[in-house]
Amino acid sequence: MSFELRGITKTFGSLVANDSIDLKVEAGEILAILGENGAGKSTLMNIAYGLLQADSGTILVDGKEISINEPSDALAAGIGMVHQHFMLIPVFTVAENIILGHERTGRAGTLKLEDARAAIKKVSEEFGFDVDPDAIVEELPVGVQQRVEIIKALIYNAKVLILDEPTAVLTPQETDDLLRIMKDLKAKGTAIIFITHKLREVKIAADRISIIRRGKVVGSAQPSASQEELASLMVGREVTLAPDKTAHTIGDVILSVKDIVIKDHTGRDIVSDISFDVCAGEVLAIAGVQGNGQTEVARALINLEDHIVGSMKLDGVEINGFSVHKSLDEGIAFIPESRELDGLISSFSIAENLVLDVHTQAPYAKGISLSPSQIRAEAEKRIIEFDIRTQSVSDPVSSLSGGNKQKVVLARELSRPVKLLIASQPTRGLDVGSIEFVHERILAERDAGRAVLLFSTELDEVMALADRIAVMYRGKILAIVNSDVTRDQLGLLMAGVVSAGAKSA
Amino acid sequence: MSTSKILKSATRKRQERILIVITLLSLASLAKFGFASNTHLKTTFGFVLGREWVWVHEWSVTSAHGSFIFSILALLGCGLGYWMLRSGKKLGLSSALVSFGLLMSFVCWAAADKFIPFTGLLQGALLLAIPLIFGSMSGLLCERSGVINIAIEGQLLAGAFVSGVVASLTHQAGLGLLVAPLAGALISLLLAIFAIKFSVDQVILGFVLNVFVIGLTDFLYKKLLIPYQATWNTGPTFSNIQIPILGKLPIIGPVLFDQTIIVYLMYAFVAIITFALFKTKWGLRTRAVGEHPTAADSVGIDVNKLRFRNVLLAGVVAGVGGAYFTVGSVGSFGKEMTAGAGFIALAALIFGKWSPMGALAAALLFGFADKLQQTLSIIGVAIPSEFMLMVPYIATIIAVSGLVGRVRAPAADGVAYSRGGSH
Repeated sequence: MSFELRGITKTFGSLVANDSIDLKVEAGEILAILGENGAGKSTLMNIAYGLLQADSGTILVDGKEISINEPSDALAAGIGMVHQHFMLIPVFTVAENIILGHERTGRAGTLKLEDARAAIKKVSEEFGFDVDPDAIVEELPVGVQQRVEIIKALIYNAKVLILDEPTAVLTPQETDDLLRIMKDLKAKGTAIIFITHKLREVKIAADRISIIRRGKVVGSAQPSASQEELASLMVGREVTLAPDKTAHTIGDVILSVKDIVIKDHTGRDIVSDISFDVCAGEVLAIAGVQGNGQTEVARALINLEDHIVGSMKLDGVEINGFSVHKSLDEGIAFIPESRELDGLISSFSIAENLVLDVHTQAPYAKGISLSPSQIRAEAEKRIIEFDIRTQSVSDPVSSLSGGNKQKVVLARELSRPVKLLIASQPTRGLDVGSIEFVHERILAERDAGRAVLLFSTELDEVMALADRIAVMYRGKILAIVNSDVTRDQLGLLMAGVVSAGAKSA
Repeated sequence: MSTSKILKSATRKRQERILIVITLLSLASLAKFGFASNTHLKTTFGFVLGREWVWVHEWSVTSAHGSFIFSILALLGCGLGYWMLRSGKKLGLSSALVSFGLLMSFVCWAAADKFIPFTGLLQGALLLAIPLIFGSMSGLLCERSGVINIAIEGQLLAGAFVSGVVASLTHQAGLGLLVAPLAGALISLLLAIFAIKFSVDQVILGFVLNVFVIGLTDFLYKKLLIPYQATWNTGPTFSNIQIPILGKLPIIGPVLFDQTIIVYLMYAFVAIITFALFKTKWGLRTRAVGEHPTAADSVGIDVNKLRFRNVLLAGVVAGVGGAYFTVGSVGSFGKEMTAGAGFIALAALIFGKWSPMGALAAALLFGFADKLQQTLSIIGVAIPSEFMLMVPYIATIIAVSGLVGRVRAPAADGVAYSRGGSH
């Protein structure tokens, strides 16, 4: 069956989220919708699924106009959606999640789960999903939870499947599995709308690509197009995916970490005996799959962790045991892993967030009172310097897009004289344009002679930025290698294989 | 997967620690009550209230021996707990055994040379727990669907007032019981409109509703019920209905099956709510909107309509509980006669992990603690009353901490739902 959106327009106040968008997808086809965060992709799909109502425009199934006012209308029309944030009840079993909204009942109104169990097993077998109907959803890995979402759509005969940023939460392995599943579904005649901003995946999976920018369809492309071409269409200007890295001169050792051990509250080692140096003018990347102790090392360096054993010297000064404030004052800029949770105070204004670290100092404070005019003036300068797109510096920081939020964090951290920049997953969840900006700033810091310690799980990012790469695995550094290592060698090291022929640097 | 494993191991650690604490308490009880008490004084337990078939004889035991026996029972409970923990079972039975043993050991010691009406104690405990149970079921219906209900106190009080007045005016306890749910539902209606339609902060709203009901009933009590007491505030009460056969059994007969209709209604409500919440379509949907309303919406469930209905239903349940204060016991309404029962019901709900059976057990424990303290002070036990007030609650907390484990409220509890709320 074919599915078509015609002239969909949706506004939120003065913001035009969707501006007369036209899209069409046929049975057995994967249409990728490529666009930056905030381009209006999710709004469009929520309209298609009945979670939002369009101001104008029509939705057609097999050429016939239908009205979708509720998700139940979409389901009835054969439209299923896998949301970015899963629509699963974490404390329910898989089967309970599947029957929710479509319950069958027996005597005295008791729920009948047998049919659902059988249906889950059938779909599971057909696509090789391996999902236990009686497992509690929150105990399943994220990739399996996503399969439950897909099963949910398939069981209710979805002929059109909308996948909203499905790979954002997956590991590289799970991503590959999902792309394979999408191809299987396509072969069985499902029409798939694949929403993403990841270029590599689009090239692998899509049959056609529509590009959305600022609420409008700005063009279409074939999967054979190069990543640069796609990125430029998406951002609306030329984009360099691999930042220019000039030859550099390495200076003295700035950060010297020796035999650091960090334990969790049960006394287990999270980080055991790791040592490394970072010099002025170099980027040391700490690569590794999420959850191998990188988060704890990053936090330990500004003394956010308790009971750190070992030595951490910043420019010759032992900082282990300092307060967080004092560690930062010694000359560390810190970009935390989660900008929403640890990097910013969401309800504070942009201007306030920009002075979180220096608000007690002149000229932002006089005695016990703040100087709002000074804080504003400084913020006005910063939003120009860091290209933070906002209407006003007094808007709450929560009103910004992910990329602009990260720019606020960068602007704050890089506005102090620092010796060391610690960037933890600095581009996680950002769009191409913002990634480019963040990468340029990090390299600029390096070129200005700062030491940079980059924690990243993204292979591409590590390869693009690092001068040397340390790979962490189960709380240990397996090897420190030069940046001329191949992608495959690095991948093997991240999986814990040491004999990958990588030479130590 | 790993997070849930870590959580489980943390729960296990905590349970181990609790077991160690209760073992030490049992040993202390053995040392203090079992070995150091007066050996010549006897504690006597009475079991007969009068309407049973078989009269169980009084049981008289030397205070020290009694304490010794029950302390050993508590220790056995601890042993059972270690075994259950080893084999990965829940500690419910063990904590029940330990708290029973500890309490009885304490009673044997405290009531040396005294008479304890044991069956009366249990019956009183159940009666004191009745409004708590209705209240916690009301809270459960609301909170499982994602609306915090602090207004239980107000719902109970409204039910008590209206049923008392209607029963007095009509001279029919049945009519009083019939209108009480309407009064509770009316308070619920206010809660639902403001919390669901207008997204008012639910804690503040519930608190304001309580103050409103207290103020209103106080005013009417002063201006109406006191001056015209004979017509407005002298109501009939329900008499006990003895269930054939069951009601004549020793001990459990008078406690469970020789009660007023309100008590039997309570059994029905708890059973129906337990069944409906976990076995029916309504229950699945109710739990879904309390945990993840957006997900429920995405499969075509009208979240706010379901919440609205459940909040009204909760008012009905609490209203019946309110009727217990008047037509279920004393007949006439007294100023602020619920005396915080609504808040204790809320505590029972949380202690009971938002499950009907858990809330029931917690409410019964609170009721028992209260009745025990009343009984001991009536028979005149020679220990400071402050201490007496404390001990049953300490036992309650220990029992509950073993039963409860990690407390987790419904994920969307207290969060108003609107589509695309982020925009």
